[in-house]
Amino acid sequence: MTVAAAQIARVPNRSGIWYFVRRNPTLVGGLFVLALVALAALMAPLIAGDPILAKPVNRLRPPSQVNWLGTDQLGRDVWARTVYGARISLVVGLSVAAIAMTIGLLIGLLAGFSRTVESVVMRLMDGLMAIPAILLAIAFVSLSKASVSIVVAAIALPEIPRVVRLVRSVVLSVREQPFVEAAVASGTRLPKILRRHILPATMPPLIVQATYVAASAILIEAALSFLGAGTPPEVPTWGNMIASSRVYLGLAPWTIFGPGVALALVVLAVNLVGDGLRDHLDPRIARRM
Amino acid sequence: MGAFIIRRLLSTLLVMGLVGVFIFLLLHLSPGDPAAIIAGDNATPAQIEAIRTSLGLNDPLHVQFGRWAVRVLNGDLGISIFSNVPVATLIGQRVWPTISLAFTTIVLAVALALAAGVLAAWKAGSLADRLVMILSVVGFSVPVFVVGYLLIYVFAITLRWLPVQGYSPLAEGFWPWASHLILPSIALGLAYVALIARITRTAMLDVLAEDYMRTARAKGVATGPMLFKHALKSAGVPIVTVVGIGIALLIGGVVITETVFNLPGIGRLVVDAISKRDYPIIQGVILLFSGVYVIINLLVDLSYTLLDPRIRY
Repeated sequence: MTVAAAQIARVPNRSGIWYFVRRNPTLVGGLFVLALVALAALMAPLIAGDPILAKPVNRLRPPSQVNWLGTDQLGRDVWARTVYGARISLVVGLSVAAIAMTIGLLIGLLAGFSRTVESVVMRLMDGLMAIPAILLAIAFVSLSKASVSIVVAAIALPEIPRVVRLVRSVVLSVREQPFVEAAVASGTRLPKILRRHILPATMPPLIVQATYVAASAILIEAALSFLGAGTPPEVPTWGNMIASSRVYLGLAPWTIFGPGVALALVVLAVNLVGDGLRDHLDPRIARRM
Repeated sequence: MGAFIIRRLLSTLLVMGLVGVFIFLLLHLSPGDPAAIIAGDNATPAQIEAIRTSLGLNDPLHVQFGRWAVRVLNGDLGISIFSNVPVATLIGQRVWPTISLAFTTIVLAVALALAAGVLAAWKAGSLADRLVMILSVVGFSVPVFVVGYLLIYVFAITLRWLPVQGYSPLAEGFWPWASHLILPSIALGLAYVALIARITRTAMLDVLAEDYMRTARAKGVATGPMLFKHALKSAGVPIVTVVGIGIALLIGGVVITETVFNLPGIGRLVVDAISKRDYPIIQGVILLFSGVYVIINLLVDLSYTLLDPRIRY
């Protein structure tokens, strides 16, 4: 009796939250960091001062109790600008991922099921993919006035082919499966087959891909702002903060510290979430990567 | 084999044609009427219209595209709006810093990534393996410009070991040239190293599990030759593929790295053109970089047969 009880006690509790955390440390760790950053971005007015207000008297002050991360060349608070900068990065990351996934999914489903669509669309995608993403985004942004929505569109466009390829490859392998053949044989209509049988199979790899797209979107947005081809300069972003303080690197390294660390941390967290999701959703690949 | 090469060349031409169409449309959509610019401020609408006709801007779009494509194929990328110098000439002046940077980065990054990836696969599960994997996630996440300024701050400003910025041609000595490229190559190569090391580890893990690797070890092949001659060569196809795909990453990074380190290369040329809205330069550089990317990936595809004799086309 006592032996049996001890054995039962040793069986791990596979449904508890701590079990999930222990099994998926990267996923939980990444989500935790992202939740903190998102919270900070949402509550920016409560936890940070004015990011725009310039106080020339206070220019290039090192970190202090008033200015946690110091001040920049116009005397603006680096902490406040870093917190507000999180808004742009998160908005761009999320919207690019959502747009690229939606459009890519639609095109990919069509390409996987129609040979005529496939041959045309896949060649177009090859052409788009041959243009390096940052350059395509630069060209797109340079055509019009800088705004957040233009930046989102410019970053989403080069990401679409990657999603299309992924979705198409899943569709091509799933549609050979016996359950799809059975559905076709029993007269199920194509839209229903797509919705009921194909779509669910594309979801796990698509969700993983979405996180990587978000990470790369955040990096490209920062790069565009850094190069002066991004959002309007008066909006604080991590990229334009780094660009405007690079001249003062020797004099005031703290001006780069805030946005630089924030950017690296957020992208790292999104990548960790992606790795964690991949491990969780597809354990077969996980062991090899 | 011959048929495959021809097919592959044809599809490469098709892709470059599509890239050309995208870039031409971009030129066409860009704001500002070239005829109005040429005519000057005091021109009448009739004069502008006459210049439009003489430039062929009133022709159908596909006719204009054909004319543009023929010019590009003859090496004419248009004339810079700002400096009035042909874009091809401007690119020619800026090409060496970019080639130097790309060359040192690719050599350093591939060597380092192969070593790290092989080590991680050979000692799978060890501390070294974990370290390589963690560094590869971090290396993929930290942006080029953040690494760049960190390196400048530590090695150029604080320790004063290396120059902060700028470029020195190879003709003026090897060390000045190399010393200006060390920090940029590290900053640019980090993400590339991360990408290749990861794939190398995965591919090597697969190969090391094969029977013939056990045979090699059993017949007494030393560890070094076993890993680098037998295993790495068999793991070559996915690694070479990712080296080719990663070139896109590198090209985007070149633009940023040249800005951070003030290297007078093609990347800086395009960044300066953005603020001046000098569209011919932007288009010329995109066309050039896309062409390089497509050609490198063509070479990658053709190299498969060399790496794996089982692959026959």
